[in-house]
Amino acid sequence: MALSIFDIAGSGMNAQSLRLNLVASNISNANSVGSSEADVYKSRQPVFAAELNNAMNKQDATSKVNVLGVVESDDAPVMEYAPHHPMANKDGYIFKSNVNTVEEMANMMSASRSYQNNVEVLNTAKQMMLQTLKMGQ
Amino acid sequence: MAINFDTALGIEPKALAFREKRGEILAANLANADTPNFKARDVDFKSVLKQSMTSGVAMERTHAGHIAPQQQVVGANVMYRNPYQVSLDGNTVEAHVEQAKYAENAVQYQASLQFMSSKFSGLMTALRGQ
Repeated sequence: MALSIFDIAGSGMNAQSLRLNLVASNISNANSVGSSEADVYKSRQPVFAAELNNAMNKQDATSKVNVLGVVESDDAPVMEYAPHHPMANKDGYIFKSNVNTVEEMANMMSASRSYQNNVEVLNTAKQMMLQTLKMGQ
Repeated sequence: MAINFDTALGIEPKALAFREKRGEILAANLANADTPNFKARDVDFKSVLKQSMTSGVAMERTHAGHIAPQQQVVGANVMYRNPYQVSLDGNTVEAHVEQAKYAENAVQYQASLQFMSSKFSGLMTALRGQ
């Protein structure tokens, strides 16, 4: 079924746009602070997997991208001694989020390139379909 | 001389179906370019062509209840691609390779389409007889 190219590329775009959203969330919260390890923002990452029911079946080799979920990074947040900060705890420490902005920028580039790839696939498939509709004319 | 679509079109419809299926497989590869442990797949044209050209050995149906095997476009000819550079997350998709193959496949699809279109206009000429 030709329309499944649209489904497949669509699932890829979905996954990549979720990744871009998470990058945006991570970067915008990169400088947020908290007064304890628990309530500071933690970097969030998507988990991708190929859709299993299709991937296991060799007859149908196509598989869409499945987003299994979003996980929070368990890297330790950065502790900083800032006794005059309004969020400082009783020992005078604040906790900064564990977002690595350089990593997130690289993530963003990778996600946007992958998104573009899927758009190109979709465009090509669309043109192919349109030409098929015109067959015999 | 009887005009029959099957004989007139020859192998073109099958070629078109194959190109379509391959497009799907390559699209799946590109969509899963960032999926850990995803293995890129592709179809070997030569083996599919061979399968389409020869009817092969078929199972005999001796009972009305026997179900005829489904005709698969690519069947078991889907194979895993050998990556040029392996990656640590077990993903074997190389976007540039897949892009090149996808573009190649799109052009070949259009070629098949063109051939089929010409067959149809040939039939039209024959029907009009002008």
